[in-house]
Amino acid sequence: MKKKWLSYPYMIWMAIFIVIPMALVLFYAFTVKDGESVRFSLANFQKFCQPVYLKVALRSIMLAFYCTIGCFLLGYPLAMILASKEYVKKRMLLLLLILPMWMNILLRTYAWMTLLEKNGLINNFLGNFGLGPYQFLYTDVAVVIGMIYNFLPFMVLPIYSVLVKMDHSLIEAAEDLGAGRLTVFRKVTFPLSIPGVMSGVVMVFMPAVSTFIISRLLGGGQFSLIGNLIEQQFLWVGDWHFGSALSIVMMILILISTAILNHYDRDHDNEGVGGLW
Amino acid sequence: MVKRLFEKLYLLLIFAFLYAPIVVLMAFSFNESKSRSVWTGFSLKWYEKVFQNSEIMSALYYTLLLAIFSAVIATIIGTISAIGIHSLGKWGKKLTLDINYLPVLNPDIVTGVSLMILFIFVKMRLGFLTLLLSHIVFNIPYVIISVLPKLRQLDKNIYEAALDLGATPGYAIRRVILPQIMPGVITGLLLAFTLSLDDFVISFFTTGSGVTNLSIAIYSMTRRGVSPEINAISTLMFVVVLVLLVVVNGRMSDEKTASDNH
Repeated sequence: MKKKWLSYPYMIWMAIFIVIPMALVLFYAFTVKDGESVRFSLANFQKFCQPVYLKVALRSIMLAFYCTIGCFLLGYPLAMILASKEYVKKRMLLLLLILPMWMNILLRTYAWMTLLEKNGLINNFLGNFGLGPYQFLYTDVAVVIGMIYNFLPFMVLPIYSVLVKMDHSLIEAAEDLGAGRLTVFRKVTFPLSIPGVMSGVVMVFMPAVSTFIISRLLGGGQFSLIGNLIEQQFLWVGDWHFGSALSIVMMILILISTAILNHYDRDHDNEGVGGLW
Repeated sequence: MVKRLFEKLYLLLIFAFLYAPIVVLMAFSFNESKSRSVWTGFSLKWYEKVFQNSEIMSALYYTLLLAIFSAVIATIIGTISAIGIHSLGKWGKKLTLDINYLPVLNPDIVTGVSLMILFIFVKMRLGFLTLLLSHIVFNIPYVIISVLPKLRQLDKNIYEAALDLGATPGYAIRRVILPQIMPGVITGLLLAFTLSLDDFVISFFTTGSGVTNLSIAIYSMTRRGVSPEINAISTLMFVVVLVLLVVVNGRMSDEKTASDNH
């Protein structure tokens, strides 16, 4: 079947709607307005290196980092428990894990707004014990909770899929050779699950570092994360040049993460999860 | 024994963490008063309010219009393109698929602003048309990704056989190829529909005044302060998306078992 030409219209489409927009972002990132004309310049990236903006970038990376750690600490035991269950139970628990992901991210984040607000359910509950009310909403803690809540399954699934395929005889061999439960985990299970952990780390880190909804709804202030900064530049300040430079920075972050992911992901497909996505 | 108990407790806590916000959200959509922390009695008044809110109703109209049009158009373009891409040479195929993958890989915010720059650059007025184009742009890659595996499973000789038997190329594609890749096409269509329904970030950057989808409407409502009306729409949207995805998922696992039996 030789139908090559059927793909040509889409190539033109891709050129218009994927390649040219990217080229425009690059163009804006590397130019500045000079009166009526534009000229090549690295000023936008220099501007990014100012402490105010570096702080925002650093903050995004730090919060994404805390979120990743949180997801790992919560997610690893969960993945282990899931992997140890028998088939029917396993499928049901996996489905339950993924179900909340089917809700719009705005709504999932909004749900936390109502829980964390000053007269929200959590403060009301604590009030029964004479505690609080505490300011949870509009803090970094709220942002990290929101991120963990939204991205936890991205950590659990890759770890689970590695654990579930692990050769069980290795663990038995270690036990036969006298290793205790902790030693088996430290020396056998965990090292073998590293590829899954790495995939999980990247898959959580990527959306966490590029989000702007979660920080906008749950975080305080306008400039909280790099995503908010991009939004600000395009929609409020109107400085497309700087906004594009920020987008390039974010793309580079994502590309590095994807490269890491590909490196670890090469020889493991998400079996058992494939049915759901 | 202790380990078992610990496991149960851990699962309970994690799933409480995952479901408490959603359950609370849904429960309070039926609350009588505006309070989102004190239960004062059952009522459907927030649902009534949602259906009387012209802003939300117009957003719902645009959301559905967008999802239907973008999914159908993306499925048509995507399926035709996938057939073309399938017969490309090794390098052409790799390059095309890599570029095709870009919107999937890129953070939504970058796709959003890049399309916004494009539309403003060519002096298009931001509004329904730009929104629709953007949705088609991010939907096509998913359709192609769903259709290509089906094409790979196809017997190469079938198309030739149809031609030998006197079918014109167009007829052969319509009556021989298309029915065989149909499961992939439908999956792509449903995926595109759901993604369009769910999108916030890209829509946010490519829409103009007067045209909003539900996500954007919810976003601007949350900026103004929380209201039980949002809980009511949340509940409705969750249920709709749930039903849709159960259908998609059912289809996907059906195909899986079908291809496993081969």
